[in-house]
Amino acid sequence: MEQKDTTLLEIHDLSVSFRMYEHGLKQTDLQVISELHLTVSRGEIVAVAGSSGSGKSLLASAILGILPENATVRGHIHYQGEELTAARQEQLRGTEIALVPQSVSFLDPLMKIGAQLDGHRRPRQTEKRKNLLRRFGLPEKTPQLYPFQLSGGMARRVLVSTALITDAQLLIADEPTPGMSLEQALEALRLFREMADEGKAVILITHDIDLAIAFADRVAVFYAGTTVETAPASDFQNGSKALRHPYTKALWNALPQNGFQPIEGFQPYAGALPNGCLFAPRCPYKTRQCMENNPPIREVRGGEVRCWQFEHPCDEREVYHGT
Amino acid sequence: MSELLKRSVRIFFTYGIRTLSLLFAVSVVSFVLISASPINPVQQYLIGLGTAVSPQQRAELEDYWGVNEPPVQRYFGWLSEVLHGNLGESALYRRPVAEIISERFWNSFALMLCAWLLSGVMGFGLGCIMGMYQDRWADKILKKCCYILSAVPTFWLGLVLLLVCSVWLKWFPIGFSAPIGVRSEDVTLGQRIYHLILPAFTLSLMSFSNIALHTRQKLSDVLSSEYVLFARARGEGKWTILRRHGLRNILFPALTLQFASFAELFGGSVIAENVFSYPGLGSAVSAAGLNGDVALLLGITLFSAVFVSFGNMAANILYGIIDPQIREVEA
Repeated sequence: MEQKDTTLLEIHDLSVSFRMYEHGLKQTDLQVISELHLTVSRGEIVAVAGSSGSGKSLLASAILGILPENATVRGHIHYQGEELTAARQEQLRGTEIALVPQSVSFLDPLMKIGAQLDGHRRPRQTEKRKNLLRRFGLPEKTPQLYPFQLSGGMARRVLVSTALITDAQLLIADEPTPGMSLEQALEALRLFREMADEGKAVILITHDIDLAIAFADRVAVFYAGTTVETAPASDFQNGSKALRHPYTKALWNALPQNGFQPIEGFQPYAGALPNGCLFAPRCPYKTRQCMENNPPIREVRGGEVRCWQFEHPCDEREVYHGT
Repeated sequence: MSELLKRSVRIFFTYGIRTLSLLFAVSVVSFVLISASPINPVQQYLIGLGTAVSPQQRAELEDYWGVNEPPVQRYFGWLSEVLHGNLGESALYRRPVAEIISERFWNSFALMLCAWLLSGVMGFGLGCIMGMYQDRWADKILKKCCYILSAVPTFWLGLVLLLVCSVWLKWFPIGFSAPIGVRSEDVTLGQRIYHLILPAFTLSLMSFSNIALHTRQKLSDVLSSEYVLFARARGEGKWTILRRHGLRNILFPALTLQFASFAELFGGSVIAENVFSYPGLGSAVSAAGLNGDVALLLGITLFSAVFVSFGNMAANILYGIIDPQIREVEA
């Protein structure tokens, strides 16, 4: 599945930080995404899964180049092999790369749905719009409604439609399914799958790990603003042994069907990131090295992982058993 | 559309009742204030006359102005006349109050309409520019101008404009609504407009900064909203966003503000008309106040109350036309 020539989007060492002023003039940088790696190939759905506050939505903004003005971006994003510059992002937004936003508040409250589905580009895709509405089971009068007249589920389907109406090659769906009924969610995911099968790609940002496992080809596990592991979705079905990173394993063990065991501690806040590995403070296998340096990304068993344990054979490690 | 009509009729009805009770309250309060005022209308009249009068003449004058009657009796006398459709006679001008109002209102109306349109258009336009270039130099300069304008008193601004544009540069006439020495039938529209420009501009400067700053704030709220972020994500440019989402979402509060500014407009016109010796309601009301002309003062006060509540009603009806959410909730 991992053929280099079909790579659509490549993100290397992406860091995003916000300039903040605290106590008047004291300036601090709040790092929200740290050295993130992600590759997305044509034909696949990549889920970006992580808990709230891990910076998933900001990743979408960074790819589209719509971060707020006080944000600084470091690292590289390549789209179709070429560096994604600000000018190129501007060109590709809404044509090549489309976003499915999180909630109905992303729709203009005073504009009818029809006009919002059509977008500002001409000619209007009237036929396509009709088909999408039909597939999603949206009433025929939906284009004449205002956002506040939509139910939660209708709004979600409209949001997904705004992206599917374009001819985008890459779709970034930010929590697209909550609020939809199971059937509607499945229909949306089927549409995503169809897109992928047409040679396009979908990034599915979600906190629903079950959904990610069930529908994505690969799952990137997000923790404190970085991807700690990217694994084929099948690894999650094969149990925690098939997984690589201690956080991913802990996540797997915390799922209701796998024992429902939580781990201690909480995700570090953006202003208080640890020096070394971002997961080290909670990691049961942490070493001194983990506390001091962030590990590089490694390819392990067909996935990518950011953990020191894959630098050395397991038994040589000086193991600290944390609380 | 019939929903809209029904809504408008209902608003009209509720506003009718509200306006009537408001008018009653306004008349009572104004009357109490005039009664409590230290101005003795007869004394004022005599000062204006400049000659000595005998005690008998003075008593006749007092009778004419009605100052010796108890205030409550005077009020009810006035009220019963008003309910019969008679606003009374101005003691100062010796003419029916209704006639003075209808004559002067058109002068004031022209002035206020020009000022209202000018401040609305300028305020909205500059507000949009400030919002679009938020925190850039254009915004910073315009914002400072707005702050200065809203801090400066209107009468002072009027005097400065008069001094610069009329006295020094001689671009505009010094006062009045028509040239001196021309019969009122012979005054041309051009001459009227020419006399109107400076007072209207002064008056518009008063409310314009308010509208500009509100528009700026609202536009900056809109631009930082999630739906604008999404519009950007879909590839809309800055000006497309202003056209598609900005105007739509800021026009509504701006219009509300614009219609709610009728009261300020009336208040400002009193000052502007006095500075420019412009014969409108504003100068008449200050003359009535200073000379204790109760009938005229009450007549104009009631008239302006009707005018202002009409503005508020218009704003309310417009709510329903522009904002679908309110339309839906009220329907």
